[in-house]
Parts: sequence; structure tokens; C-alpha cells
Amino acid sequence: MSAHHCDSCAIHAELERMGVDLSRFDRVVALAGNPNTGKSTLFNALTGLKQHTGNWPGKTVARAEGGFEFNGVRYKLVDLPGTYSLLSASQDEQIARDFLLFGRPDATIVVADATALERNLNLILQVLEITDRVVVAVNLLDEARRKGIEIDLRTLARDLGVPVAGIVARTGEGLHALLTQLDGIASGAIATRPRRTKVSGDLQRAVDELVPLVEAVCPGIPNARWIAIRLLDGDAEVEAALASGRLAQIAARQQQAPETFSRKIALEGAQ
Amino acid sequence: MTPSPTDVIRRAAELREALGGTFRDEAVRALYAEAGEVARRAVRTQGARLDLDQRIDRIVTSPVFGLPLMALLLAVVFWITVAGANVPSNLLARALFAIEGAAVQLFDQLGAPWWLTGFLWNGVYRGLAWVVSVMLPPMAIFFPLFTMLEDLGYLPRVAFNLDFLFRRAGAHGKQALTMAMGFGCNAAGVIATRVIDSPRERLIAILTNNFVPCNGRYPTLIMLATIFVGASFPAAFASVAAAGAVVAIVCVGVAMTLAVSWALSRTLLRGEASAFTLELPPYRRPSVLRILYTSLIDRTLFVLWRAVMTAAPAGAVIWLLANIHVGGASLAQYAAGGLDPLGRAIGLDGAVLLAYVIAIPANEIVVPTLMMIYTGAGMMTDVTSLDDLQRLLVDQNGWTLLTAVNLMLFSLLHNPCATTILTIYRETMSVRWTAIGALLPLAIGFAVTFVVATVWRLFI
Repeated sequence: MSAHHCDSCAIHAELERMGVDLSRFDRVVALAGNPNTGKSTLFNALTGLKQHTGNWPGKTVARAEGGFEFNGVRYKLVDLPGTYSLLSASQDEQIARDFLLFGRPDATIVVADATALERNLNLILQVLEITDRVVVAVNLLDEARRKGIEIDLRTLARDLGVPVAGIVARTGEGLHALLTQLDGIASGAIATRPRRTKVSGDLQRAVDELVPLVEAVCPGIPNARWIAIRLLDGDAEVEAALASGRLAQIAARQQQAPETFSRKIALEGAQ
Repeated sequence: MTPSPTDVIRRAAELREALGGTFRDEAVRALYAEAGEVARRAVRTQGARLDLDQRIDRIVTSPVFGLPLMALLLAVVFWITVAGANVPSNLLARALFAIEGAAVQLFDQLGAPWWLTGFLWNGVYRGLAWVVSVMLPPMAIFFPLFTMLEDLGYLPRVAFNLDFLFRRAGAHGKQALTMAMGFGCNAAGVIATRVIDSPRERLIAILTNNFVPCNGRYPTLIMLATIFVGASFPAAFASVAAAGAVVAIVCVGVAMTLAVSWALSRTLLRGEASAFTLELPPYRRPSVLRILYTSLIDRTLFVLWRAVMTAAPAGAVIWLLANIHVGGASLAQYAAGGLDPLGRAIGLDGAVLLAYVIAIPANEIVVPTLMMIYTGAGMMTDVTSLDDLQRLLVDQNGWTLLTAVNLMLFSLLHNPCATTILTIYRETMSVRWTAIGALLPLAIGFAVTFVVATVWRLFI
């Protein structure tokens, strides 16, 4: 991160923004989800018409990036490694979590497997703790239909508090609806009320005590609750980010000029 | 007063202390309960579930049929590759070498100096022509077939079947997955080890990934199996025997992976295997067009391009080595001669070892390099078919079945290519582990081929 410390000064960022590379994308979208839910299929379906994909043999362990345009808006799509959670510290989970936390994408598409929704929800709920700019894409609807599984997308959307689109990434079914919702989320036209996991008793009291402290240290931070829980868990990486002021810096940038800064960091990644 | 970050972290630690050890379980339990509740409201399952997947899995991952079925599948894939690649390979070689002949003639007529003609056409171009004709057809058949298995969802089953072996070797079960990725490309396999959490087990997976042959090495294996193993069987069984030989080599590679993992987890990287969950995804009907695209464009052309990029300079280097004479012999002859005693000791010869030295940047070009060393010395100028190749190797350079077997073994067991070595360094950030990753397979390769050669000479 130290190499990018200069994006904290506004003038530098403004100048950067004029550059050819940055002007080619208007928004950055992250693609998250469990392994084998069709993230890379969706990635190829969206970007295949236009940009390079750095996605080598099948399984994504690093980030792959590509671009697409929808409704005149140019998106940069970042395919994150498939993970079951954002808690433990394997390197692929780390990459996914780092990008959601520090990369600050304009929107995140969480791809879920319709035939195993419950297990996929574990990750969706965790992502919702970190960011509220989320669209859930319930993929593999065709497979679910064959197995006699029906997903009530409206109820799901209401329960999660974010838009939900049913898709079949392989055939392109439902992609238009997904992109329309993505457009709304990324531009801020659709407001979300992401579901936050209920905890009880002592844990809730501990979280309640920590949240104001985190918010005091990082004014404007959107995921203080998640940070508080991670701190309670002794998450070394989050502790380091808090201690070094990195979290506060990101929260501050987000408040001042969300578009400029978030795009800059997201484009360069947070390595 | 605003608290400092350190205050917040300290307070969090105090609260953690007060909460006791059950807190993490509580958080995970809350998450699962929440996910269950949301899912119950949104998911409706009607009628009987189609459990075809489970029925297939009962056979594919069964303790009895699992492993034999895997070997059989692999054999079928190689058989199709060997049987299908022969004719197009010969056609391509004939066409490409005809161009070389015509070009050389044209250059002679135009009065170009001999060294220019030799360097460009007998050096650089011949290297390219070899790579294209020997590698393109098998790759164009093998990769789509392999991608099909991957798309179908078979790879996780492979990991499932091999898990108990890896666990017994003290390694992580997911190493079977990274090993499977290594069949595509060892560098990609090394990167794929990121899915393994434990650093100890990840290092084992990185150090042993090179023991499965990658794309770049299949053409060598398939060619040797075809013209030596296959040719010593009646024509009707030739391709089956050749495929069997490749499968046998792959099995040696897997056995070596397990043996070295076992040894490492008892010496340098001591420890117990950690537990993990492996999801068996549903079988999916592969989409043919996408497979053709990814396997032909992303893999075949990618590998071919890499080979071409390294073959051209290698061809030039060899031509120079073969044509710069010092004291009556060419540099290539000196180099091959110097390496010859070592080569003979392990059942190969100096030219093979020289080819491996030149081909460190990319394994793909070992055979073409070898051909260029043999033919560059002026012993034979036209090799336009596999029959010619066999004559060149057997009649003019004294190859035997032992040479072929040991070359196949050496192709499996030697240092990784430059790209993989670089990737190992990037992933481990340690010169020591990179050196071990590069030299360990080489040492094992020398040891194994030496033992095979010695035993062979004693009894046959």
C-alpha cells in the first residue's frame, strides 16, 4: 500500500483521473461467490465480447480483470477467487476480502448456486457485512429447475435487503436484468438495506460497545460492525489496518470524493 | 475525546477475554442460523430430487472402482490423442519441411551466403517447423478432451479419490487438485497451491508439482511412446501400447509426488495433515463451443506460441553451436561430447543432456532441440515423418528401447522450466525453497534413470 500513498492527495488523484487508462472505465465491479458457482462463466459472458481476460486454466486463484459496457457506462469487472467465507486466512480468501474491504468497488456481484442456496448464503451474508453495494446473482437456475428446486427471488431480495437477479450465466438468461440492477447499485440510484446477522447476549453488547469506538477512529466507515466483530476475533490484519490508519484513510476518502478515490484504488488494487 | 486505534484494539482484546472461548462458535452459529432462515423462506423443493449425480458418484468415487476408472479414463484420453495425432503430424511436417527445402533453394539461387541460409532456414525455421508439427496436433486433441473432463466436474472427484493417499503421505488432500492443474502447466499448478491454507502443506504441494508432466512435456512423451513403445507392438495394438506407456509414466509421476511428499513431511517439512472439506460439484454438461475456444485459443495456442518464441532462438543457438568449428569439431560436438559420459551413465547421451540444458526456458522444445543437435551435425538433413525420425534415432544415433524409456523418465523427472522456477520463487519468496524445488527433481531424475540403466544393462 505504501507505494500508493500518493492517492491520498487530491490533486494527484485528479491528475491521474485524466489519464487514458483511468478514463477507460467509469465504474469498478467485483465478482464474488463460492467456488464453482459460475463466477468465471459470468465473467466471460460479460467481458467476452470486448476485453482481455487474464483467467488461466479454469480455477481463479488470483484476480482476473476485464471490461464491459452497459447503457453507455464502462465497467471494469474484477473476478475474485471463489471462497466459502471471508473469515479464515487462506490466501484466496485474503485476496477476495482485501479487495472488498480496501479496493472499495462501486458494486459487488455475489454469484450464488441456486441448487445450494443455503450454503451460499453464508458468504452472501458476510459480504453484506462489509459492503452495502451488492447485487446477488442466483446462477444455475436451469440446473435448479431440473432438480425441482424453485427460488423465490422476491422474498430473497426482501430478506437480504439488496437486489437479487436470477440468471443462467451459460446461456445468458437474466443477464439484462442483472445489469440493470447493477447499474442502479453502482450509480447509487438503488438504495439498499443489507441484512445484518443477528447476534445475541454478551457478544451483541461487546459489539455495541466497540462500534462507536471504531466509528470515532474511522469517521464515516460504512462497516464498523464488521470491523468490530473482526477485532473481537483478534483478526491480525484488521488490527494492523486500524493501527496504521489505513482503515481511517479509506473511510475518509470514501466520504470526501467517493467516485474518484474508490475507482483509483480499485483499479490499482490493494496489494 | 477520540480514542486512539491502540485503545480500540486493547478494548477489543479485553472484551474478547471477557467473552471467553465460545465467542467464535457463537458468531459462526449465528451466521449459519441466519443463512438457514433466509434459505427456508426462499427455497422450495418440489417433487423427487433427481439423484443421478449421487448414483454416478457412488461408482466414480467408490473405493473399488474409483482409481481403476481414473486410470482407464486417462488411458482413453491418451489413446485418442496418440491415434489421432499421427496422421496430421506427418502431413504438417511434410508441408513445413517442403517449405524449408524450397526456401533454401531460392536463397541459393539468389546467391545468399551459406551462413545466412543455414542460420535462417536450417536453424531458426527448422526449430519452428518441428515445434509446430510435433506439438500442434496432439495438443489440439488432448486439451479439448482434458478441458471436457474439467468442465464435467471430474477433477474434484480425482482429488476425492486420491485424498487418502495424500493424507497418508502427510500432505493436504487439495494437493490432488493442484496436481491436476499441473497436468496443464506446472507454473499454474504452483499458483493453484494458494487454495491450501497451511504453509507447510502448501510448500510440499509447490515442491512436488513438477512431478506430473505438463503440456510442454506431453508431446515428448507421446512421440517417444509412439515411435519406440508403440512400434515394438503389432500395428493393431501400437496406439494402445503407446497410450499405456504414457499412462504408466503419469502413474510414476503421481507415485513420485506421493513418495516425495511423504519424505518431505517426515524430514524438512514435518507435520500432520490438516483436515478440509471438499465440495463435489454437480456434474455439468460441458458446453462444446466454449471448450473448443478455451482449450484451443487459451491453451493450445498459448503453449504453442511460448514454444515458438523459445524454439526460434534455440534453433539459432544450436545452429551456431553446430557450425562454429574449433580445431576440427563443432562447439555442439564438444559440448555433447563433454556431457556424454554422464549421459551414457543414465542410459541417455550427451546430446540429450545438451538439449535439456538449452531447453531450460521451455520444456516444449526438448525434442526439436535434440533433432537439431543430431541433424545439425550434418548426419541427416531431412526428417519428414515419424519413420524418418525413428531411423535417425535408432540407426544413426544408436537409440534403444532403454534410451526411450529413460528419456521418458527424465522428461518426467528433471528441473522445472524457467517459468515454473520463477513462479516458485514468487510464491515462496525464498531462494532456498526455490533451489530445492529446482534441484530436487533433477537429482531424483538422475538417480532413477541411473538405476534403470544399470539394472537394464545387467539383465537385458
